[in-house]
Amino acid sequence: MDRQLLIVSTLCFLAAIGRTIISLRAGIFRPGQFNFLAIGLGFIFQTAFLSIRGHALGRCPLTNLFEVFIFLAWSVALIYMLVGPAYRLSLMGAFTAPLVVLLQGFALIAPIDIRHPVKLPANSWLEFHASISLVAYGAFALACIAGVMYLVQERQLKTHQLHSIFSHLPPLTDLFAAITRLLWWGFALYTLGLVSGFFVGQPLPYVQVVCAFGVWLLYAVILQGRHLRRLAPKHVAALCIVGFSAALALLWGITFTAQIQSLP
Amino acid sequence: MNLFCVGLSHHTADVGTRERFAGHAETDCILRGAGCTEALLLTTCNRVEVYAASEKRVSTDEIARCLVRNIENDRSEYAPPFYRYEDEKCVQHLFRVASGLDSMVVGESEILGQVKKAYESARASGVAGPRLHRLFQRAFRVAKQVRTHTEITRGSVSVGSVAVDLAQRIFGQLSSCKVLVLGAGETSERTARALVSRGVTDLRVTNRSTDRAQELARLVGGRAVRFDEWLQQCREIDILITSTSSETALLTPESLAPMLRNRVDRPLFIIDTAVPRDVDPSVNEMHGVYLYDIDSLQSVAEQSLALRRQQITAAEAIIAEHVADFQEKISWGLNHASRTPEHPSVADSSLRASEL
Repeated sequence: MDRQLLIVSTLCFLAAIGRTIISLRAGIFRPGQFNFLAIGLGFIFQTAFLSIRGHALGRCPLTNLFEVFIFLAWSVALIYMLVGPAYRLSLMGAFTAPLVVLLQGFALIAPIDIRHPVKLPANSWLEFHASISLVAYGAFALACIAGVMYLVQERQLKTHQLHSIFSHLPPLTDLFAAITRLLWWGFALYTLGLVSGFFVGQPLPYVQVVCAFGVWLLYAVILQGRHLRRLAPKHVAALCIVGFSAALALLWGITFTAQIQSLP
Repeated sequence: MNLFCVGLSHHTADVGTRERFAGHAETDCILRGAGCTEALLLTTCNRVEVYAASEKRVSTDEIARCLVRNIENDRSEYAPPFYRYEDEKCVQHLFRVASGLDSMVVGESEILGQVKKAYESARASGVAGPRLHRLFQRAFRVAKQVRTHTEITRGSVSVGSVAVDLAQRIFGQLSSCKVLVLGAGETSERTARALVSRGVTDLRVTNRSTDRAQELARLVGGRAVRFDEWLQQCREIDILITSTSSETALLTPESLAPMLRNRVDRPLFIIDTAVPRDVDPSVNEMHGVYLYDIDSLQSVAEQSLALRRQQITAAEAIIAEHVADFQEKISWGLNHASRTPEHPSVADSSLRASEL
């Protein structure tokens, strides 16, 4: 039942992508209400899935890689719903939906939904640490998407080749402001998640701690570079993509290691 | 009932011919006298067209005689290149005209306002009756649908509007942008005016001749700055418009780099309308600098036009659908009307102003 909800949710996001592709092929690229509604519906089904799974587990549904990917996709959709309309970035939906489909599609296809043989005890600090970190990842993902949009817009302006998508992308300065805000939000949440990790009452693997601090440091450098005006906006946008890729690799590593360790 | 359109446009006649047939105030009434039961004259700088309904066939020559400015003219003097569309073709032509597909600049939206104005005028003078009312109301709907469902009006197609559009793509709101106009060329003046109309308030003008700078500053609502200060101004400004007659490049990466040191996160948009160019093209390679010369602005305008042309097929499909539907409704209406004992006359038909 819960997986069916997830399939329906993925179909909603796919509908948003399909609509975008059809518009692009017709040479008409209008963000409009459809994308936002499709993503909103997809988000509701994601929430329903996480709620049912959480209820069954008796804790936050972050016990395996499958659930982590779904939670991450949910965080991305959540941050989009919060910042998309607020910063006039409705077009971000066209970029957000493919990322969510990629995460959910992979989670649904890959054999990673491995249930633990024994019910894991609830640990509120661990759950807080994991969930807040994933919401931070959602903000970083959106910063990455805004970074892609910035680079697309910047390239078009530099090369003087303006495509149909050009007039629907937000202005460069607005995009850069959105990237900065998303980075700050993500960084604050990630810091909170990182600090709360020390209160989980379990010994933390050394490699994971070092990698997590590495990601934190990378974002700190990006923000400092931006603050001191040492980094050009184009570089900040590119580093957002690098940063999120690194964060995603770390997330994979942490969850994968934890799964191996929990196997009998 | 015969519904037809007779006219000439930029496709078939030069401006000299068109102006000889540009309508005058009483043309509508004259058309009525020529045997049309309903008539509407559409006159723009690119076309002179008559849309009319008649019980019997009214010849193109009769229409032409009504349109010519001086009726006493020797008839042999003109062999006007008039086109004529009847019934379905007439409906299709009007829908194309109202949607901007028949315009010189494809997709321009000014024509819709002109068609509405022509209709309002004909309605007010009582020469447009229920047939033209239905036809034009549908034409307005079609034009709206074409604009909403296609990209036919997308993008700017003149150099000045392209520059303003690009500035908005970079900065969003232009009200907080600082603009420097270097030189006093005609294109840069037009661009500066367009920027002011979009909200720019901080406009600085400089020129080798201080008098000319002050004059231009007064004209565009800016302030004049000394010519030897223009490079220093690049530390503050967001948009630079250049059009001097300098034979060599005034701005190079070497001279601009020190000015950009403290503005790494603020883009600089340079519009170089001078020939030969005032700005070294390699300036465009610098981070945060977007350089457009006259050719690249022209190229963007061409791209917009090409994009609009790509939309013609989609727009034609919408129009074809409406033409078929309109014809079907008209024939149904005629059949229905033939069974009705009393036909409403033009004077009886109530045409609501709100439908305009």
